Amino acid sequence: MYAQMVKSEATNEDPEMLAAFQARIDAGERIEPKDWMPEGYRKTLIRQIGQHAHSEIVGQLPEGNWITRAPTLERKAILLAKVQDEAGHGLYLYCAAETLGVTRDDLTEQLLSGRMKYSSIFNYPTLTWADIGAVGWLVDGAAIMNQVPLQRTSFGPYSRAMIRICKEESFHQRQGYDLIRKMAEGTAEQKAMAQDALNRFWYPSLMMFGPSDKDSVHSTQSMAWRIKINTNDELRQKFVDQTVPQAKFLGLTIPDENLKWNEDKQGWDFSEPDWSEFYEVLKGNGPCNTDRIEARQKAWRDGAWFRDGLMGHAKKAEARRNAGRIAAE
Amino acid sequence: MSSEWPLWEVFIRGQHGLNHRHVGSLHAPDAELAIRHARDVYTRRNEGVSIWVVPSAQITASAPSEKGPLFEPANAKVYRHPTFYDIPDEVGHM
Repeated sequence: MYAQMVKSEATNEDPEMLAAFQARIDAGERIEPKDWMPEGYRKTLIRQIGQHAHSEIVGQLPEGNWITRAPTLERKAILLAKVQDEAGHGLYLYCAAETLGVTRDDLTEQLLSGRMKYSSIFNYPTLTWADIGAVGWLVDGAAIMNQVPLQRTSFGPYSRAMIRICKEESFHQRQGYDLIRKMAEGTAEQKAMAQDALNRFWYPSLMMFGPSDKDSVHSTQSMAWRIKINTNDELRQKFVDQTVPQAKFLGLTIPDENLKWNEDKQGWDFSEPDWSEFYEVLKGNGPCNTDRIEARQKAWRDGAWFRDGLMGHAKKAEARRNAGRIAAE
Repeated sequence: MSSEWPLWEVFIRGQHGLNHRHVGSLHAPDAELAIRHARDVYTRRNEGVSIWVVPSAQITASAPSEKGPLFEPANAKVYRHPTFYDIPDEVGHM
């Protein structure tokens, strides 16, 4: 999931207004930006959508890392298209967040200063070409699990962004699976690379859904507001059930000796990831946290003259047009 | 420093013969670049044959609180719908 451990904000408002608002959500109505909404709903959504947007943007870095080293021109074109999609997804989501009254610059500043998070998964490195396959197959696969139900979320602009994203996301997962399948069916060395990528990305992918939230008050509030549709555990289970047969088809082994089919629940039993590692990564101590934020800070800094230059040009051109108009009158 | 590019609303005509439809928004310094950005952000898969961009600040929207006064009058005018009128079967399709 691209938004992890989003705390829902407490709300202190007129109980009648709150009840009417909840009734709209329960009736399946979409909330639009100009509608009345509880402050907690607005703040929680800004945090959740913002974190989701940041994840799309930072998520370009581990894959962008391989664009110049893709093994064929076709793979390079595919990877470029995918990374460009991630930029697009970030932009859809930023725009959705902005309808709630936060500015783009403010969101950017919060990412760069570390006050807003992005998904833990993007703090892991992509060491080999097989990792690019694992990212598409597992990371995008996990993201889809969460994004498909969010198409029905209560906030209109968020729901519409999710619909657009889901249309494109299936390409991401399929190209990843196709890539890793080529390697799994290749030479023994290539297959070993594919297995190594699965070994390294399996548990970080399970962490993407966040820790168990069975008893979390934040999750209960977010689910009542329909900005969270399933529990973390439900989605994680669904992801494992979907992925195990896919790995089997590739002849790859999920790195979990406790993985066992459970006839009663009609799903797989599996080991929990190491949650202490997850908390360390969130705190900033993952393998790539520093690199990722520095790359974003550098891009923002290095692009400043360009952003300002284009704005300066636009203002001058407008002034010229206005001067022409006045002269003609 | 905030020299944020202004916000534009983007409308795309999906196919010939259809209306332009609101698809989202984006930031751009001017109209020309807004069109270029809209091309990259909203039509990466042949989603359109034409793009409109409008500065978001130029859009006037009806207030949600006016929903009643604006739209309820139409509710009471059922005679505006063809199903309000009984046409005898013998007359045939009309």
